[in-house]
Amino acid sequence: MTATAPPSARSGRPGQGGTGPAAPPAIAIEVRDLIKRYPKRPANAVDGISFMVPAGEVFGLLGPNGAGKTTTIGVLTTRVAATAGTAVVAGIDVVADPVSARARFAVVSQRNNLDRSLTVRQNLVFHAAYHRVPAAERGRRADLLLAQFGLADRSGETIDRLSGGQAQRVMIARALMHDPDVLFLDEPSTGLDPQARLFVWDRVRELRDSGVTVLITTHDMDEAAALADRVGIVDHGRLLALDTPAALTRTLPGSSTLELDVGLPPDGPDPAAADGLLAVLGRLDHVERVTTAPAGPAPAGPAAASEPGEPGGAAERQVRVKLYLAVDASLLLAPVATAVAAHGGKLHDVTFGRPSLEDVFIHLTGRGLR
Amino acid sequence: MTGTATAAGRVLAARPPARSTGVFLALLWRDVVVARHELTTILAQGIMQPFFLLFVFGRVLTSLGYAQAGYAHVLFPGIVALTVVLTALQSSALPLVLDFSFSREIEDRLLAPIPTALVAIEKIVFAALRALFAGVLMFPIGALVLGGIPWRVAGLPLLLAGSVLGALFGAALGMTLGTAISPAKISTMFALILTPLLFTGCTQYPWPSLDRLRWFQVLTAANPLTYYSETMRAALVPGVPHMYPWLSLLALAAAVGVLSWTGLRGFARRAQD
Repeated sequence: MTATAPPSARSGRPGQGGTGPAAPPAIAIEVRDLIKRYPKRPANAVDGISFMVPAGEVFGLLGPNGAGKTTTIGVLTTRVAATAGTAVVAGIDVVADPVSARARFAVVSQRNNLDRSLTVRQNLVFHAAYHRVPAAERGRRADLLLAQFGLADRSGETIDRLSGGQAQRVMIARALMHDPDVLFLDEPSTGLDPQARLFVWDRVRELRDSGVTVLITTHDMDEAAALADRVGIVDHGRLLALDTPAALTRTLPGSSTLELDVGLPPDGPDPAAADGLLAVLGRLDHVERVTTAPAGPAPAGPAAASEPGEPGGAAERQVRVKLYLAVDASLLLAPVATAVAAHGGKLHDVTFGRPSLEDVFIHLTGRGLR
Repeated sequence: MTGTATAAGRVLAARPPARSTGVFLALLWRDVVVARHELTTILAQGIMQPFFLLFVFGRVLTSLGYAQAGYAHVLFPGIVALTVVLTALQSSALPLVLDFSFSREIEDRLLAPIPTALVAIEKIVFAALRALFAGVLMFPIGALVLGGIPWRVAGLPLLLAGSVLGALFGAALGMTLGTAISPAKISTMFALILTPLLFTGCTQYPWPSLDRLRWFQVLTAANPLTYYSETMRAALVPGVPHMYPWLSLLALAAAVGVLSWTGLRGFARRAQD
């Protein structure tokens, strides 16, 4: 141990030799070329995922239902047998040495899997006993965690009498009883009310601050953006993107967006044609992508006859256009207005926007229902 | 505000591995604590049926003269065997069916730092202990219902050896069935597997006397419960014709071996996707 170690370097554990100040941060989770194939399924549930999570990070796995998030957690927590690839948690290969690995991580699963034959407090105490926490320590830790999770008055209650949010809190408290280095949270706030959700988020931030590595799966963009230091977007068993939430939204075609509601003359050319409005807008400098969305009703006049071939319709054709831009949206306002005017159209509404994680998500995983 | 630099600091140092025996005892202790609240369930599950079998066959039929007076002493050892196997089977099969389908509450134990096979073995051991407890209870019950039971101190070692193997047989069979059967088929299992098992196990009749019904004798030889019943009679009523005890114990041990293997395999299959 050198005397020059930064005073704030380790907040979680008493100092250990061997990790000098210059050493790179330890890797808490490492997944390499992970494949999981279930028998009699046409596609791999996990299809070659690789990522690394440094110790002390909150890492989010974001993906639609059935993307392979839970299966990935299953492999990392020794509950699912990998078909191929490597999974290492806290420096231990979970396939080669599942028993040692289990001592180092904890899992909070999507479903309530609390022991219904035991009380709330017994759930915590027995969990600690399974993990060989010394007998004297178990009760003390249980009472501390129950108080911290607002469950002190529920400690003698049976599990069936708990609400969904309370059960969720008991599961997290139970997971912390053996002081894990790595915590896996599988969709922790699905089905929780906003208060319970914020409570869980606060606990996750506290854990991060105390040095626990947290891997959290979610399909909630707000949750990923609010909690995760880095986010991996998963779909069809593959990792599509991995970066900080801010960087992910920056890498989306267009770091900002411009949404336009345009009214076009009904007898004008089809805006989607080669020389139509959309093509012209797409050719403007700094415009990276153009999408259209179904437009709302015309702001004035009779019900809009917006079908292109409709003869004799006097109403204008409504189009909502979204431009993804490489530069600040205000710089494009003038050229866009000129182009719209050149097509005989009118700008009814203009909205500046920055892409959200949701835009990244939809961009990468598509709009299809799962 | 705590900087993110401090966050990376938790040292992932090796921890001493937890010893499996300690974890195993913790798992066992959990089941004991839960069972203390379930005493009535144990009694109802395992003892009601044997109690009425003893009462009707050993007391009522002999009193009415449809069975000989000595029949109660042939019946009692077999009914103890039946109680032990039935209790062991139910104690291991029923919770497993629920655990692996609805409640998933066994997950916390599967994630304990202990090999999965030991979690399964704990289930078998605990079901066997529960069954032996029910078997012990049958002695005062038998004494009460029948007004007297066969008892030989010299037969005690054989009785204990047979009962431990019989309890393990029931528990291992329960694990095999409990990990193979979906909850929707529990009642079918009881009808199709349990009932024939209980009535072809020579609990109500000595096996050698079946030579007058040769095909049934062959059939009962395929049921491990037969060997347990025969061991119990050899221990308690050696005057009644019975199989060689060493042969019975050997057959029982073989059944325990085979069914433990299938049970542990089934458990491992359900424990890991």
